[in-house]
Amino acid sequence: MGWVGIQGKGENILEIENLSVEVGGREVLHDVNLSVMSGYTNVLFGPNGSGKSTLLMTIMGFGGYKVTKGRIMFQGEDITHKNVAERAQMGIGLMMQRPPNLVGVQLGTLVKTMTKGRVKPDALAKELDLTNFLTRDVNVGFSGGEIKRSELLQLTAQNPCFVMLDEPESGVDIVSIDKVGTKVHDLLVGTSCAGKMDRSGKASLVITHTGQILDYVNADRGYVMCKGTVACSGNPRELLHEIRTKGYDECISCNIRRRSPQPLKIEEA
Amino acid sequence: MSNNDQKRKAEAAKEKKATFGEDIELQKFGQGRKDIAEEKNLENLSEEDRKTLLNVGVIPSEEGRAGSFLLMDNSVVHQRQMASGVEVMNLQGALKVHDWLKPYSWNAVAPDADKYTSRTFLEDADGYFIHALPGQKIVNPVQTCLMLKSKETAQTVHNIIIVDEGAEMEVVTGCSTSKHVDKALHLGISEFYIKKNAKLTFTMIHNWAENIGVRPRTVVKMEEGATFINNYVSMKPVKTIQTYPTAFMDGANGVCSFNTVAVAHPGSEMDMGSRVMLNAPNCKAEIVSRTITTGGVMIARGRMVGAASNVKGHLECKGLILNEKGVQLAIPELEARVADVEMTHEAAVGKIAQDQVEYLMSRGLTEDEAVGIIVRGFLDVGIRGLPPQLKAEIDETMEQINLAKM
Ligand SMILES: Nc1ncnc2c1ncn2[C@@H]1O[C@H](COP(=O)(O)OP(=O)(O)O)[C@@H](O)[C@H]1O
Ligand SMILES: [Mg+2]
Repeated sequence: MGWVGIQGKGENILEIENLSVEVGGREVLHDVNLSVMSGYTNVLFGPNGSGKSTLLMTIMGFGGYKVTKGRIMFQGEDITHKNVAERAQMGIGLMMQRPPNLVGVQLGTLVKTMTKGRVKPDALAKELDLTNFLTRDVNVGFSGGEIKRSELLQLTAQNPCFVMLDEPESGVDIVSIDKVGTKVHDLLVGTSCAGKMDRSGKASLVITHTGQILDYVNADRGYVMCKGTVACSGNPRELLHEIRTKGYDECISCNIRRRSPQPLKIEEA
Repeated sequence: MSNNDQKRKAEAAKEKKATFGEDIELQKFGQGRKDIAEEKNLENLSEEDRKTLLNVGVIPSEEGRAGSFLLMDNSVVHQRQMASGVEVMNLQGALKVHDWLKPYSWNAVAPDADKYTSRTFLEDADGYFIHALPGQKIVNPVQTCLMLKSKETAQTVHNIIIVDEGAEMEVVTGCSTSKHVDKALHLGISEFYIKKNAKLTFTMIHNWAENIGVRPRTVVKMEEGATFINNYVSMKPVKTIQTYPTAFMDGANGVCSFNTVAVAHPGSEMDMGSRVMLNAPNCKAEIVSRTITTGGVMIARGRMVGAASNVKGHLECKGLILNEKGVQLAIPELEARVADVEMTHEAAVGKIAQDQVEYLMSRGLTEDEAVGIIVRGFLDVGIRGLPPQLKAEIDETMEQINLAKM
């Protein structure tokens, strides 16, 4: 493909520079540096409580996450002070780990409202075994796995260019994991998406701590978050192997730390 | 009690302040007009009046209705009964033709309850009389409208509904203000009698205006096995409403439910309650209120008294504050007078949850859209039983509230 634009594949669409974030009066993220290239799938590992969800919530722009230092650049624009809706409209989408209950708001109504009627939720719901959930209030009484599937349904309808997934496989039962994995795969590889950047494929940042989702997505690059900062980056499978064999205790001192500032495999189009 | 006794007591209560609500100086409001011309066909009314009717769920063509009644100020403008098994007429007329009706009049509501009942009694106020005959299941609803047409007057209304043994009926009442009426009052006395195994579904839409004062006084008497479902909706601005309808569940196995949905706009003071006396065994009651303030004062009262064995009750007051200047006060009260009752309550007031708004914004909704869908969902619980055309009206108001920006 001859087209090379400012947002071509391989360009950074997200750049996080020296980002520090306070939650509930406490600094949770310290000097985070991370970049995501368009067209690539990035994985974020890290022990519980290391700040992974906080990073995603901050990128989405949620109010409780106060940026005290640094900035977030998206598609070359400083979005540090944009609100959630503006970021969503630019093409950022998030599957939350713990989304709130929306009493009185039915899942089907939400999908129709957010897509201005363009997406009929029925087919999507069927694929994700959520047909009976379209008339249920969003997240109210949903099990962990049902929340994941409902988030996936919403995100698929939204079809953002930059997809953030917070532990998409957690709580999903063995019977559904294949459906969820396939749907996540479809969501990440689509070539057209909402938002401005629609020519160069999607980019994503996926939190996983089991690594199970790697069976379904072709991850290009991995990051490990420790104690509120990005400790290392590298080949996601190597990182996962390292973590599985040595655990996170050694992640600060691990030998693949900062080995490669770039994705290990860049296939030029 | 003889009429003279009642009259004496009413005279004595002329200045008697009500327990709740701002005290209104009644002498500032003249008598409602009694000379507005009758209109046999509601479709002959002015376009504006017809629109006013439609906005409160009253259909001018009267299609799909069992009967209609329209009061403008204190004039009976229209009364018509279309279905068999039901009587729809003005109360004063009914009292003339039915000797048996007299004991029902000013029985549930005392003439000397406060200055508002007193004035209504002393003016011999007229209103609707709706009677479902024994065993009759009236399929279509009866519609009534009480409209304020003249400024600086007090509309006084006296209504009676009787649902006879084994009968079932639905009544839709719209209360409204004509466009150009500035300052006015509505005093409405309603006495409902639901006999053995009978059912009444009563839906009232209030559609007042900025400078209107409203003091309804409603008492419902329920016999054994009776069912009463009350839906109340008030979405438009009003100066002051104070209402506290009370159901007396005097027969065993009754079922009673009050659903309230209301908005207090800036400058509005709304003091709204529902009260249920569970006086007989195995009665069940539920009070649900969903209120929002966009700058006005909202008081949501709820009171249940369990005075017989094995009664069950649940009371739920939830209030949203959409503007810093607004006030929400929830006052749920439960009183048990015997041991084996089961009564619970749930009250919550506060602002709309920011995490919910942002969650929706992360799906691409604007902040206004997000707030709108959450508020709509919040109110939805209270309006589930409403006829579809009223829901459309509520949607429209919701949109206006959104535009008004909280
Ligand atoms: N709303 C909050 N208030 C206070 N502390 C929080 C809040 N949210 C997260 N934290 C804290 O921030 C740290 C990082 O949490 P989180 O980002 O959820 O970690 P992870 O997703 O990596 O498990 C934890 O110590 C957590 O307790
Ligand atoms: Mg997390």
